[in-house]
Amino acid sequence: MAKNDKRIIKNIRIDVDKCNGCRACEVICAAHHAQPRFSSTNPARARVRVIREPLSDIYVPVFAGEYTAAECAGRDKYIIDGKEYEECAFCRASCPSRDIFKEPDSDLPLKCDMCESDPTLEEPLCVTWCLADALVYEEREEDAAPEARPEEVDEGLEALAKRHGWDKVMDAVNRMGSKD
Amino acid sequence: MRYAETGFNLELDLARGNIERVPTDAHLSELHLGGLGTNARLMWDRVGPEVDAFDDENLLVFGTGLLAGTPAPGCNRTIVSTISPQTKLMAFSMMGGFWGPELKHAGYDKVVIKGKSPEWVYIYINDDTVEIRDAKRFVGLGTLESAELIRQELGEPNVQISSIGLAGENRVWFASIEQGRASASRLGVGAVMGDKKVKAIAVKGSKDIQIAKPLDFIQHCNDALKYIEKRDKNPIPNVMPILAGLGSPQEMAIHDEKWHTENFMWGNARERRKEFWTEEIQEVWTETMETMRTRLLSCHNCPMKCGASIAVDKRFCSYMMKCFSKLTYTMGAYSDLDFGLRIAQKATEHGIDAFSGPQTMAFAVELYEAGILTDKEMPDFPADNEGRFYWLLDRIVRREGIGDVLADGTYWAAETIGNGAEEYAHNNIRKTEQLPLKLGMLNPIYFLMYCTGEKANITQIEGNFPQAPFFTREENEAFIEDWPHVPHEKFKEWFVEWELRGEKSIPNYPPIDATCEIVDWQERMHYIDDSTGMCAGLSSFPLKPPFHIHNLPGLISAGTGFDLDEEGLVHLTKRNRNLVRANNLRRGLTRADEKPPEDHWKRRFPELEKRLLDEYYTYKGWNQEGVPTRETLEDLDLGYVYEEFVQRGILKEEEKATAGSAAQEGGGP
Repeated sequence: MAKNDKRIIKNIRIDVDKCNGCRACEVICAAHHAQPRFSSTNPARARVRVIREPLSDIYVPVFAGEYTAAECAGRDKYIIDGKEYEECAFCRASCPSRDIFKEPDSDLPLKCDMCESDPTLEEPLCVTWCLADALVYEEREEDAAPEARPEEVDEGLEALAKRHGWDKVMDAVNRMGSKD
Repeated sequence: MRYAETGFNLELDLARGNIERVPTDAHLSELHLGGLGTNARLMWDRVGPEVDAFDDENLLVFGTGLLAGTPAPGCNRTIVSTISPQTKLMAFSMMGGFWGPELKHAGYDKVVIKGKSPEWVYIYINDDTVEIRDAKRFVGLGTLESAELIRQELGEPNVQISSIGLAGENRVWFASIEQGRASASRLGVGAVMGDKKVKAIAVKGSKDIQIAKPLDFIQHCNDALKYIEKRDKNPIPNVMPILAGLGSPQEMAIHDEKWHTENFMWGNARERRKEFWTEEIQEVWTETMETMRTRLLSCHNCPMKCGASIAVDKRFCSYMMKCFSKLTYTMGAYSDLDFGLRIAQKATEHGIDAFSGPQTMAFAVELYEAGILTDKEMPDFPADNEGRFYWLLDRIVRREGIGDVLADGTYWAAETIGNGAEEYAHNNIRKTEQLPLKLGMLNPIYFLMYCTGEKANITQIEGNFPQAPFFTREENEAFIEDWPHVPHEKFKEWFVEWELRGEKSIPNYPPIDATCEIVDWQERMHYIDDSTGMCAGLSSFPLKPPFHIHNLPGLISAGTGFDLDEEGLVHLTKRNRNLVRANNLRRGLTRADEKPPEDHWKRRFPELEKRLLDEYYTYKGWNQEGVPTRETLEDLDLGYVYEEFVQRGILKEEEKATAGSAAQEGGGP
């Protein structure tokens, strides 16, 4: 009998029209993640950056997402309401193509963790410090994807063996399994 | 380990092209904090009274506040100190924005510029890499234009830039240094930057700023943010809208300009238009602002939105504006808001002070109408006021023709023009233009603030005490209910008793002793902010701000690790205040310079005014010439100032002094 698991989706709603460009989100993010907590600040270490182009009236808070080892094959440029956003403006990746979302000393990638800490905070601190309400925290519950049944893997392998023979399947499993 | 500050200054000698990262003395920070405090010390130590604004030896100091760049909300100010070409005194012009915190992250508390570059340059600071780079191709360009091109040249979109425009390049005595969202506008600091042939300073930093007691410090910050949220929802009742909230006056957000347009003077600080603000005007001006303003803006790490993106010739943003510059051109030219916002765009690109600039233009218009300036000096002078202002702006920033004379500001221009022009330069203190305000009855508090404000700018000394009582005693009583900001309970009593009319009204109330303490308190708060880099808009300027004398010592201590209590902070602030004054006294400031514009109030009281100044000087520990006494100086660890005052004849040497002894000419009276 499948368990009906729930999981919490944490979401920061970003209203770029309300952003006043103060970068308090960057300041408190870097301070929160300092060791010890709040012992220093440095927007260069922040996991949220405000993409700013004042003379185009562009202010976009962007949160650090996944690390990627390679740049995109191509770039894209959004024009919204006549405003031309820079390439990568909305991208969350810590990526070789730009210097944000990397520790300045080590270049190690940074990623927003929604201020996970003990005790748990009510909301990420960037949201608390954004009195303009450009950043608003939301949680919602979603059905968790049901866990795969063990039989599913057995069935899959049998299907592959029927097609390629067990030797080839075992070779492939060994080869792939030894790659860390 | 240094906390809050970096412990290093960046020293540049432009004549030799020398760049040095110089460690600073931690003890000086404990004595003066940072910003204006340590700037004043640098100026005292290194810029003697014989040095003029445009001498090689004059320094141009960009000093960040001690807490600038820390998580303390609103701590982002840079205090620019130099010798002012206009007042000949020590200037301290300030800017918020993002430049100061960026400099701290690059690893420097101050940029100290000495000497003049032979060619136009800009300075690029990127952490430990500092370059003096060729700026020839940016010469003649606007402040924002050149900043944008420099960003492109460097390939660094996030570099923060302070730059000058044509006015600074041509050494206009009220040229500003512009930073996009913010500017250091007063007292001609842009002219000194231009004299040194520095077009811009671009900064990018990626280093940490350390906090001494992290949890304690963040608690202070969180408390302030909570208070700001609460205070935003509860504006102070029964005061005009721009004084009800926090921040610098909310000129970009508030449309109701009845108070400014009917109480401030139009033209060359000349005429009050009492029935000006009609429904129709409100409608048109609101429409103008709503159309041109595309966004409200903050400075670094501050929840207030005192600035705005203004779009005049571009769809999204042509420049950024703040505060009363919204109306200075409009009112100077007897025009409307549309004109004001449009000419301010050009003036911001050229980089001039939005107080002195329009007032100098209005002064020229008056001189023309009075026949003192004629078509000979002003060929093709347009007939309409708007056209005239554009005509004058163009010539002033280029120092072309009559513009070359006007570029020195009203005081000096009047002296050059002569022929009765002096009477038209009627709104100056210490040779620099003041807010265009003319009132009826002398206000003793404002009298002292106008006289003794070291920067000659009323907004840099006024603030925490209401400008006037409410209509009723009940309202006064309601006001003091939640007023923990006062240094002492007696301030509440003084305020409750204050009346609009009657026995306890201006000019004889508040009593002189209370007046001295009220002025001293308001001034003290500014001196604290100017050394920490806290914006006045969250501390010394508005009524009931989040930061005040009782919580600032805790914030500063937690940030820096200094052991500073309230008494200690008051003492330290007195030291800074006296050191700034000492710089000016050494440059020849005298009691005679400490007076408001003759026509500031219609009703003046020479006897009372003399007593006010006498007693305030005494209260401050100054002699009757306004010079700090030996006792005052030594109590503040400023013995070296005393020594020099004696040497220069500004003070007589006590004990040993005899009649006819070595007192020299110059300096003191």
